[in-house]
Amino acid sequence: MFDATSPQLPHAPGVGYKAQHFNDIMADAGPVGWLEIHAENYMGMGGRPLAQLRHLSERFPFSVHGVGLSIGGEGPLDADHLARLKTLCDWLQPASFSEHLAWSSHDSAFLNDLLPLPYTAATVKRVADHIDQVQSTLGRQMLLENPSSYLAFAESDMSETDFLAEIVARTGCGLLLDVNNVFVSATNLGYSPQGYIDAYPLDHVGEIHLGGHDEDEDEHGAPLLIDSHGREVVDPVWALLDYTLAKSGPRPLLIEWDTDVPDWPVLAEETKRADAALAMVTA
Amino acid sequence: MITTQTAFRKALLDPAAPPPTGLNNPGGEQATKRFDVYRNNVAVSLTDALETAFPVVHKLVGDDFFRAMAGVYLRAHPPKSPLMMFYGDDMPDFLAGFAPAQSVPYLADVARLELAIRHSYHAADATPVAPDALGQLAPDSLPHVTFTFAPAVRLVTSQYPLHSIWAANTNGDTSSSEIAQTAQPALVTRPEFDPIVDPLTPAQSAVCTALCEGASLGEALRHGGAGFDIGPLLGILLGRHAIISLKT
Repeated sequence: MFDATSPQLPHAPGVGYKAQHFNDIMADAGPVGWLEIHAENYMGMGGRPLAQLRHLSERFPFSVHGVGLSIGGEGPLDADHLARLKTLCDWLQPASFSEHLAWSSHDSAFLNDLLPLPYTAATVKRVADHIDQVQSTLGRQMLLENPSSYLAFAESDMSETDFLAEIVARTGCGLLLDVNNVFVSATNLGYSPQGYIDAYPLDHVGEIHLGGHDEDEDEHGAPLLIDSHGREVVDPVWALLDYTLAKSGPRPLLIEWDTDVPDWPVLAEETKRADAALAMVTA
Repeated sequence: MITTQTAFRKALLDPAAPPPTGLNNPGGEQATKRFDVYRNNVAVSLTDALETAFPVVHKLVGDDFFRAMAGVYLRAHPPKSPLMMFYGDDMPDFLAGFAPAQSVPYLADVARLELAIRHSYHAADATPVAPDALGQLAPDSLPHVTFTFAPAVRLVTSQYPLHSIWAANTNGDTSSSEIAQTAQPALVTRPEFDPIVDPLTPAQSAVCTALCEGASLGEALRHGGAGFDIGPLLGILLGRHAIISLKT
């Protein structure tokens, strides 16, 4: 369905690009082999954001990661937004485009969060139809990312891994596996993160995300982890990454750090740890 | 039990509403605090986006007032698109009608200026005319010349000393900044990547407005009143790369 010879992200660490790191990255990117941007931050008409992107794209492959398409929305996709994504992808020619298994817009309001979906036959169809529309509009395969979950829908009648496998089978999309989200969801909903990885369709993973989370408790004292992208990746998530890579083989690994963004050296340390994890499975 | 996105959205934006039914803790009972994670994400992320967009409004009213005001705004005017860099386009009108803010009558104008700066930052790139472009024209053609302005140019009119209010609250040190006592519209330009805000006199603002609307230099000058000197305004426009073509 899609051209298998199209450019791919390297099996190397990448970082979520922040404008304040431009000079550091141009001077010495360390093991960083690619960069990811949030699509919506580069939908202006010009100025510094697009100029920086032009410079960086001469040096690095890019992943365009959407955070606002609302693929799980009950209503139709926002055609204007999809057109903006096409404009950006046609211009930048990224090696990858990804979005979330979530919804964020409803009744013309954009809520700026990745909101959860029940896992049912009805949502499989809705999400698959939307992904078909995205892939045919952009003319490329997209990757779909698993969410961080804080609660469960009473109406869900299938597992998240079965849901994702069904979406892949119907649409031919690939997957973005966020192992921090797996750890957060498994802790919050009381299942085994390794069991999730065992059931996950790893053959279709085009990218892996790693990020930090915050710790809280629910009203019954049960652990409630919040996906914040505001600190270092914790040791159990690194361990879950090792477990995943041992089964999947090397993949492009992204460090996400979106709030309280640190100076470059802190982020660079995280990319070295990701590089070491990759080296363990790259013979 | 189906939990619709309509019910989810309604409860997200109404802190007093009970969480939608059909959302459970792992133990199977109704989720409450877990639903509040989403409520909190929405309110905090939109409030933070407004604080990023309106730093001078934030400074003028203080953090407590700003965050309370943002809570009212984000529920009345949730974003209409995922482009958070442009969230807040309704803020000036909202502030003009927001009773608790009436003691700061210029707040809406400050918000308009901050929006203009953001839109300027993201506007399309354009190549300016040479600094001596007007000097290359035959003197008798000057009254007939019309300008095309760069997409990053914005003019924010105000009956308040807008530029000095903004400047005094932008550079950190407010003690040394004199607030002008007269109306002081603000011109936003972007010579390269960072928008620059210059003060205009009301007469310069009237002439600049006419030029922006396509009037010839001769026609625009009539808006400046008796004794108006076009030199300083043209100096700003050319020096700040605001003009991208001339037509005679």
